[in-house]
Amino acid sequence: MSQEAIQSSAAQQEMLQVDVDFERVEDEERQARKQAAIRLVRYSAVKIVALFFTVFIGVYITVLVANMGGYVDEIRRGMIRETVTLAATADQEFLKLPSEQKQAILAERIAMQERRYGLDQPFILRSFGYLADAMTLRLGFSEGMTSDSGSRQVRNIIMERLPSTLVLFGTANLLVFFVALFFGLTLSRRYGSFGDKLVLALAPTSSAPGWFYGLFLILVFAGLLNLLPFGGMVSAPPPDNKIEYALSVLKHMILPVTAVLISSVFLTIYNWRTFFLIYSSEDYVQMAKAKGLTDRMIERRYVLRPTLPNIVTSFALLLITLWSGAIILETVFNWPGIGQLYFRAIGVYDTPVILANTVVYAYLLAITVFLLDFVYALVDPRVRLGGGEQR
Amino acid sequence: MNYLRRFTQQIKDYPSAVVGLIIIGLLVAASIIVPLRIPYSEAVRLWRGGDDIWADYPRNAWPKWRNWFVEGKLPETIRFSTAEGDGNPVIEQLSEGTKEVKYNFEFDFPFDEFPPEINIFANAIYNEKQPFVEMVWITPDGREIRAGEFSPSASSSFRFSQDSRLQRRLERETGIEGVSANQGLFDDPEQEGLQVLKGTYSLEANTLLFEDDSEVDLTFVSYGLVHGLAGTDHRRRDLSVALLWGTPIAMTFGLLAAVGTTITTMSIAAIGVWYGGWLDGLIQRLTEINAILPLLPILIMVGTFYSRSIWLMLGVVILLSIFGISIKNYRAIFLQVRELPYIEAAKSYGASDLRIIFRYLIPRILPLIIPALIALIPTYVFLEASLAVLGLGDPVLPTWGKVIQDAFAQGALFNGFYYWILEPAGLLMIAGIGFALVGFALDRIFNPRLREL
Repeated sequence: MSQEAIQSSAAQQEMLQVDVDFERVEDEERQARKQAAIRLVRYSAVKIVALFFTVFIGVYITVLVANMGGYVDEIRRGMIRETVTLAATADQEFLKLPSEQKQAILAERIAMQERRYGLDQPFILRSFGYLADAMTLRLGFSEGMTSDSGSRQVRNIIMERLPSTLVLFGTANLLVFFVALFFGLTLSRRYGSFGDKLVLALAPTSSAPGWFYGLFLILVFAGLLNLLPFGGMVSAPPPDNKIEYALSVLKHMILPVTAVLISSVFLTIYNWRTFFLIYSSEDYVQMAKAKGLTDRMIERRYVLRPTLPNIVTSFALLLITLWSGAIILETVFNWPGIGQLYFRAIGVYDTPVILANTVVYAYLLAITVFLLDFVYALVDPRVRLGGGEQR
Repeated sequence: MNYLRRFTQQIKDYPSAVVGLIIIGLLVAASIIVPLRIPYSEAVRLWRGGDDIWADYPRNAWPKWRNWFVEGKLPETIRFSTAEGDGNPVIEQLSEGTKEVKYNFEFDFPFDEFPPEINIFANAIYNEKQPFVEMVWITPDGREIRAGEFSPSASSSFRFSQDSRLQRRLERETGIEGVSANQGLFDDPEQEGLQVLKGTYSLEANTLLFEDDSEVDLTFVSYGLVHGLAGTDHRRRDLSVALLWGTPIAMTFGLLAAVGTTITTMSIAAIGVWYGGWLDGLIQRLTEINAILPLLPILIMVGTFYSRSIWLMLGVVILLSIFGISIKNYRAIFLQVRELPYIEAAKSYGASDLRIIFRYLIPRILPLIIPALIALIPTYVFLEASLAVLGLGDPVLPTWGKVIQDAFAQGALFNGFYYWILEPAGLLMIAGIGFALVGFALDRIFNPRLREL
C-alpha cells in the first residue's frame, strides 16, 4: 500500500514537474518568437537602409550622367522660370505694368531665384541639391509633355501612368511565379518524363525578351486571327460599366502577359526544378519517405521549405530583368504605363521626363527587391533564428 | 588536340548543340563574308544614300519567295534601262539635225495582281531644243494604247498614273470609271471588272532628238509587289542590305559585350577572393548595389543625351556590368580554387599576388565560364535590338533592331507587312537560340553535376 502511495505521489510529482516544464517551454517559445520578430525587424531595417543607399547611388549616377551635358541645370532653370512667372501673373499689380518693365522684373526675380537655388555654385555642390530633389520626388516640369489631365508636372505625368504598369506587371510576375513553382514541383516529381525534357528543350527560349515574343503574338492573334486587340489598355471608347471596363482591360492584357510568360517561364521552371531535385535527394527526405509520410507532406515540409530562399532570390533577379523589359514591352503593346512614357519622352527629347522616369525606376526596383527580401526573411529560418546573418 | 577530340565526342551526344553550332557557324561565316562583299561604305550608301539609290525599287514589297507559298502570284519588278543597253534601239535620221530613236521594251507578265506603279525616268542631254518622247503600249491581245508623251529634261520622270489624258483613254478602253493607269494598262477588257490580262506586253518609246549631240536615256520601271530576297521598306530600300549587315554588327556587339563583361567581372571576383578582407566585402556590396541599378534606363539616358553610337553603348554596357551579379558565382568557384595545392606551390616560390591572380586563378576557371559566356551573347544581341526598337539605334549602321523599329513605326503588323517584322525577328531568334543551345549543352558538359539532373 504504502509503497504504492509513494509511487503514486512520485508520479504526481513527476507530472507536476512536467506541468512546470510545459510552462517553461511555452515561456521559452514566447521568448523565441519575440526574438525572431526582433531579428526580422532588424533584418528588414538593415535591408531598407542598404536599399535606400542603393537608390541613392543609382539616382546620383543618373544625375551625374544627365548633367554632364547640363541637362539637369536646364530643368532647374525651366522650373524656376515657370514658378516665378506663375507667381507674377497671379499679381494684379504686376499685370498692369508695361511689358518691358514686366520682362525686367521677371528676369531679376528669376536671377534671384537661380542664386537662391545655387545655380551659380560649382557642380559638385549643385549635384547634391539635385540628388535631394530627385530622392524626394520633386521632379520638376516637363518640357512639352502633359498628363492626360493636362498637368505639366512630371510627378503627375508619372503617377497617372504608374498604376497601369503595376497592374500589367504585377499580374504577369505573379503568374510567372506560381506557374513556375507549380510546374517546377510537378516536374521534379516526374524527373526525366516527356514534360521534363520539353521544358529542358524550351529553356533556351528565355534568351529573347518579352517584347520579342510580343511581336509574334500580335502578328498571330491580332493580325492574322483578329481575335485580340493590337495593343492599348481598354477598347475605345472605354466602356462606362465597371465590369465591362475590367473585362476590356483583361482582354488587352492577355497578349502582353503571355509574352512575359513565354520569355521567362521555361528557364525559371527549369532552374527551380533543379533546386527541387537537389533538395529532394537530401537524406532527411529519404528519412521522411521511410517514415511513410505522404508525398504532399514531404514536398511541403522537406522540399519546398528549404528551397524557398533560393527561389525567392532567383525570383528577385528575374523581376529586375522583367522591370527593364517593361519599357519595351509597353511600347510594343502600346500599354499606357511608364515604360511607354519613356519611349514617348525619348521621341520628343523631353529630358525632365526621362530623368524622372529613371528615378522612379530605381525606386521601383528597390521596392521590389525589398518586398522579396522581406519574404526571404520570413521563409529563411537562418534569419529568424539568427546565426546566419551573412548570407 | 586530344582535348579537342574529346570535346567533339561529347558534343555529339547533344544533337541540339550540333544544331546550335551549325547556326553559329553560319552566322560567323556571314559576318565575315558580308563585310568583304559589301564594304562598309557601300552598305551605308545603299542604306542611307537617298532616293537616287532606291528609286527603281518598289515601296513595301514582299520578298520574292512569297510567291512560292501563296496562291495568286504577285508581280515582280520589271525594269529596262537604255543606258544599260536594253530596248533594242532603232535609229533613224529624219532630217538634218533631227533623229528618231525607237526603243521597244518587251516583257512577260504572268502575274495575278496589278503593279502598284509604272514610271519612266528620262535623263536628256541637249543644248536648246528639248527632245520629245512618245510612247505606245501594246497589250498581249494586240491593242495599241497611246500611253503618253513628254519632253524630258536633264532629270525627269513620267508617272503613268498621274497622266489624266491617259486615264481618260483607259476609262474608255476598259469601261471602268476612275481606273488608274497601272491597272488599266494591264486590264483584260473582255472580263467583267478589273482582271489582269496575262501575256507579253511591250512599250514602244520613240524619242525625237532635235540636235546632233542630243541624247536621252530612258529607264522603264513597272514596280512589283515582291522584290528581292528580303523585300523593301517604306522608303523603297532593299531590306536585304540591313539584314545582311545586321549580322556582323549583332555578332560583334554580342561577342564583345559578353567577353568584355565576363573578363571584367571574373578579374574583379578573383581579386576580391585573393585579397579578401574589406576589399572582398566592398566588391560584394557594390555587386548588390549594381544589381538594382536600372541598366536600360541609364543606357536610354546616354543614348538621348550624348550619342547613339553603337560602340559607345557597348562601352557603357561593359562599364555598368563590371560589378555584375555573376561575380557571386565566380566568387564561389574562386573560393574553392584558392585552397588548391598548386596555389600553395605558387605562393611558396614567391609569385606575386597579381601573378597568382592572372596566371593561376583565372586560367583555371576559364573552361567553366565558356558556357556562360556563350549563353550571354544573345542577351546582348537582344539588348542592342531593344535599344534600336526604342529609337536609340546607331544613327548610321543598318541593324536588325532598326529594321524592326522602322516596321513598327510604320505599323507593319497593322498593315499586314508581316515580312518586315518576321525577317529581322526571325534572324534574332535564330541567333539567340543557336547560342543558347550551345551554351546549355556546354554547361552540361563542363559541369557534370548538372548532367545527372
